Amino acid sequence: MIETVITVENLSKRYIIGHQRPKDDGIRHVIEAAMRAPFAWCRSRREQKERQKEEFWALKDVSLAVKQGEVVGILGRNGAGKSTLLKVLSRITEPTIGRIHLNGRLASLLEVGTGFHPELTGRENVFLNGAILGMSREEIKNKFDEIVTFAEVEKFLDTPVKRYSSGMYVRLAFSVAAHVDPEILVVDEVLAVGDVAFQKKCLGKMEEAHARSRTVLFVSHNLAAVENLCTRAVVLEQGQMVFDGPAKEAIQFYLESLRGNGTASHSDVIDLRCSAGRPAKYRPQLKRLELFDGDDRPLRGTIPAGGMLKAVIQVELEKPCLNVDAELAFYTPSGERVCTAHSAYEPLRNHKRRMGEQIFLCEIESLPLIPGEYKIHVGLDIALREVDCVEDAAGLTVVMSDFYGTGVLPTQGVFLLNNRWSLDHEKEEVMP
Amino acid sequence: MAASKSQNARDRSWMILLAHENLEYLMYQLTIEAGKTEREYWRDLWKYRELFYFLAWRDLLVRYKQTVVGVAWSLIRPLLTMLILTLVFGKFGKMPSGGVPYALLVFCGMLPWQFFANALSESGNSLVSNSSLISKIYFPRLIVPASSVITSLVDFLISAVFLIVLMIWYRFVPPATIVFLPLFVLLAFAASFGIGLWISALMVEYRDFRFIVPFVVQFGLYISPVGFLSSVVPDGFRFLYSLNPMVGVIDGFRWCLLGGQHSMYWPGFALSVVSVASLAATGVWYFRRMERTFADVI
Repeated sequence: MIETVITVENLSKRYIIGHQRPKDDGIRHVIEAAMRAPFAWCRSRREQKERQKEEFWALKDVSLAVKQGEVVGILGRNGAGKSTLLKVLSRITEPTIGRIHLNGRLASLLEVGTGFHPELTGRENVFLNGAILGMSREEIKNKFDEIVTFAEVEKFLDTPVKRYSSGMYVRLAFSVAAHVDPEILVVDEVLAVGDVAFQKKCLGKMEEAHARSRTVLFVSHNLAAVENLCTRAVVLEQGQMVFDGPAKEAIQFYLESLRGNGTASHSDVIDLRCSAGRPAKYRPQLKRLELFDGDDRPLRGTIPAGGMLKAVIQVELEKPCLNVDAELAFYTPSGERVCTAHSAYEPLRNHKRRMGEQIFLCEIESLPLIPGEYKIHVGLDIALREVDCVEDAAGLTVVMSDFYGTGVLPTQGVFLLNNRWSLDHEKEEVMP
Repeated sequence: MAASKSQNARDRSWMILLAHENLEYLMYQLTIEAGKTEREYWRDLWKYRELFYFLAWRDLLVRYKQTVVGVAWSLIRPLLTMLILTLVFGKFGKMPSGGVPYALLVFCGMLPWQFFANALSESGNSLVSNSSLISKIYFPRLIVPASSVITSLVDFLISAVFLIVLMIWYRFVPPATIVFLPLFVLLAFAASFGIGLWISALMVEYRDFRFIVPFVVQFGLYISPVGFLSSVVPDGFRFLYSLNPMVGVIDGFRWCLLGGQHSMYWPGFALSVVSVASLAATGVWYFRRMERTFADVI
């Protein structure tokens, strides 16, 4: 029977923000004022406190039920309440309203290296950190070798941690936390630290936890990792839960909410008739550009890396012409052309003479661009000569997606290659 | 017949296994609700008991890293203070010593006082200096000031060794009442812990205590009967004087270590004990009350 391991009911957390108190605070002034005129002081204190308090609800009526073995992603903008939710789950702070019921040991990784003391050696810090995270001395002793091997710091165990490089530090810290082996693991943006190799290790460990039916709650801004690891995701916005469902849909929802107040160039229907990006010499024949994603939904300026892009270009030809072509070109913000989609390259082209309104449909199966901002230029060619174009017709933001199925993407370059790697078995020399 | 017997045995062992698993399962159930965290707290203190040791171990290790003199520092401080107090009160002030060498008298008072002073300073600061732990990880926060007091206890034990050396030097044999010493150590521990809890909890909100504590400690060194006998205090004031919890502790130390003319002023001692007990109890109460706001305020 799959049981529910985390039940959150109507959870709310309130913080009181104090505004700038007048300078007379600190015990000395407090005592002085209290001595001089006791009742007046009490009254003024109470009034002051009321005036200067402001309530801030970091979490508002959040309810959630997580079953054993699920890996749930928690998405949201900065300040949405994700870290507060994790803090309440980890019992670091108390809820104001509502309750949480947990079925199993919970260990949280809110910051890597908490409890590490820079003066102590690696060995001493493993014991200290393990104890702080809730492991007994016996457990730490048993797992000590595993922890050190995972972190790859065997040689440096007896040097003080303040001498470690940041990579070593983060590996050792994560290694200790990863070996706590709780039933419920709560992870907060740990992947933001460390290089790609480290991130892969982190993800590997979390996958391992999932394979052993541990429940994982994962907060991250790395959408590729969330898509890769999580089956289910929850979106928080200003303390409230606004979406709870399959990971891919949650990511889509989250991205759309980000772009909700986008600029004109990020809308899905772009009017090209009187566009500022058109060189003066051209007569306006390009009328409209519409962008869609793979499910034929209007694209609102964001597309996942490797996602499908469909474009509809509407033109109005003034005279009958032969060999009419349309073009979509992608540029970086600095003006370098990255790639081109041109109907002249289409082997199934129709060569009839055309006039009047024409609609070009372009389907790009997979746009393998590295995440970033791009600009789209639209062009119209007749007999392979350009007769109209609109530069910077639309902006496109390519966001991280799980292109390779491993949760990590390269950060440099322009394209994502479709490639496969393997080791040559004949030349293998396995270590004994 | 035999088959069903072994079957029964097998069934029973399955039931025991299931019961054990269910017990473990029950042990890991937890409900978090506003204002209802009392019950789990005391269970958690037991669960996290090793942290008492680890935090104290960490503080001791860190103290002596990269030092040359190292552990000797915990001896040099009481030694020097003892020398100065002996000089000032014994030689210059010519205060009565109740029949023992003045240095010994002073050291018997120094020992508990240094323990109390160190414990107070360190536990007062403990929450604030561990603020990164408190805002990121859950464990019962009571462990933090407690482990500071334990660290001071270790210093105390090291200095106690020096006391033995001193007694050998003066060829002084302690009386049989020395068996009561652990009780007085416990009393000193309770006093330090009680006040430590108050100060550490207050320090989170009012950082003024950072300045108040060293002053109180310095002041206390002269007010408490460390450099002199409490019998020099005029009789009328002696009872009131015992409100200071350390008066009872120091008198007790002297009584059980030195014996002879150092009798106990029992009414005063009772008052000191009451004062220590109430400090400890109210300390725990106040600390627990403020604990839920530590992570938010620190």
